[in-house]
Amino acid sequence: MPDHGPVSGGDVLLRAQGLDCGYAGRAVLTGVELTLRAGDRVAVLGPNGGGKTTLFRTLLGELDPLGGTLALHERCAVVPQTERSRLDFPVSATDVAVMGAVSRLPWWRRPSRADRRLAREALGQVGLSEHADRTFGDLSGGQRQRVLVARALVQDAPIVLLDEPFTGLDAVSAEQLERLLLSLADGGRGLLIATHDVEQARRWGTVLCLNKRQIAFGGADVLTRGVLEATYGGEIVNVDCAVHGGHPVVLPAHHHEH
Amino acid sequence: MSLALLHWLTDPWAEALTRRALLEVVLLGVSGGALGCWLLFFNLAYSAESLAHALLPGLVGAALLGLPLLLGGAAGLLVAAVAVAVAGRIPGLDRDTAVAVVVTGLFGLGVLLALSPDTPAGLQGLLFGDVLGVSDGDLLLASGLVLVVLVGLSLAHTRLLVVGFDRLSAPGLGVRPLAVDVTLLVLLAAALLVAVQGLGNLLVVAVLMAPASTARLVTRRMGPMMLASGLIAVGSAAGGLYLSFYAGTAAGASIAGMLVAVYVVIAAGGGAAGALRRALTRPATA
Repeated sequence: MPDHGPVSGGDVLLRAQGLDCGYAGRAVLTGVELTLRAGDRVAVLGPNGGGKTTLFRTLLGELDPLGGTLALHERCAVVPQTERSRLDFPVSATDVAVMGAVSRLPWWRRPSRADRRLAREALGQVGLSEHADRTFGDLSGGQRQRVLVARALVQDAPIVLLDEPFTGLDAVSAEQLERLLLSLADGGRGLLIATHDVEQARRWGTVLCLNKRQIAFGGADVLTRGVLEATYGGEIVNVDCAVHGGHPVVLPAHHHEH
Repeated sequence: MSLALLHWLTDPWAEALTRRALLEVVLLGVSGGALGCWLLFFNLAYSAESLAHALLPGLVGAALLGLPLLLGGAAGLLVAAVAVAVAGRIPGLDRDTAVAVVVTGLFGLGVLLALSPDTPAGLQGLLFGDVLGVSDGDLLLASGLVLVVLVGLSLAHTRLLVVGFDRLSAPGLGVRPLAVDVTLLVLLAAALLVAVQGLGNLLVVAVLMAPASTARLVTRRMGPMMLASGLIAVGSAAGGLYLSFYAGTAAGASIAGMLVAVYVVIAAGGGAAGALRRALTRPATA
């Protein structure tokens, strides 16, 4: 499979070669060939159950690689789906953001005043300064997603994994989040972003297509109809669009429990 | 303050017996109130009730053998935990059912033992507590419990927040959910063992769950919620003892009733206030 390489020429943050991922010795994703550099925004495409979450958990060190090699040169932070967190939990946006500091603390220590300052700065970076003291569950979906991005900023990891961050966001929130992700990449971070939006993936420049095995990795031009069909199975339909003409569209993903 | 009211307030505490009972329920209220907030958010209410009921045979066994109740309770908890773990693995039996069967079985066994002619009188004390009969040892244990629970919760606070907020992404933040769960369950076991002697097998859950549920209605952050829960627990416990003194009701049951009554009043008040607010802000329709 031709490797079109990443669009940027930054430092290599992680490299996977022939990586197999899975649980309890059973691989659910095989043959991942991936290089992530500083400044990359890699769209991770694939159906639910295609191995996106398993890949993320392997990169986070929660699962051991079952085969191949994984060279992680930097630490990973994860931005989970906001619907997974408890909305009735009695925490403020700052309380959530400061959770990113926990991994640096010994078990008996609580986040310091400096850590809380860091959390507030991160909330400022994602445009939520004025909401820092609001209850997390009272924020909109887009705001909650940005709080979780702020938490990843507090973790200060050069690699950020985002699990379908655009799910359920309205157009304005999605645009805000997209700008934020661009600024993170421009700041030298490498992002792996799980998404179902093929057009978005084309814009970001680098795509990783997964369906129980790696289908493709490279520039937007690898997204041929064949690759999309192999990635999504039969879930592709042609849509006639008044502006863009006919183009393949991935049917909306059904959400399952992870 | 009129002299009569002052007397009304101080009369119950004229005897050492009731003063000791008050101290015991204050200590149990502080630890139960604070711990309950986390049990609530970790969905451990059912576990707390199950474990409390399932340790009865241990308590009765200790009473039969003349051993310390604490020892019997600990053994009972251990047996219950193992039995639940084993029953949970029976194919075709879902977890809640397995727990219900084990707990009812153990509770029944405890009652059976307690009704045997060899058992010293006092099943009632084990089931409903004997807060007016607390010993110096009980008070010492309850003080130790406050210390252990408050220090434990304080040390684990941040990690409890991380896991309670989103268990699945906790490992990505460097927090192991299992370690946090075990910490919380150990604190729960300690609280049950100590509190069950004062409040009894059936009523101990009230002091763990009711104040936290009430505090949740009136607070928006974990710290204030734990503080409110502790205060509600202590206030209700004292109120329960007043009720017991003046109405001649059983102390443990009065405390449990008071804890639940406070919840009902505040929940109803909150509901009424919300309805009133909506009615007032609703635009007038012709």
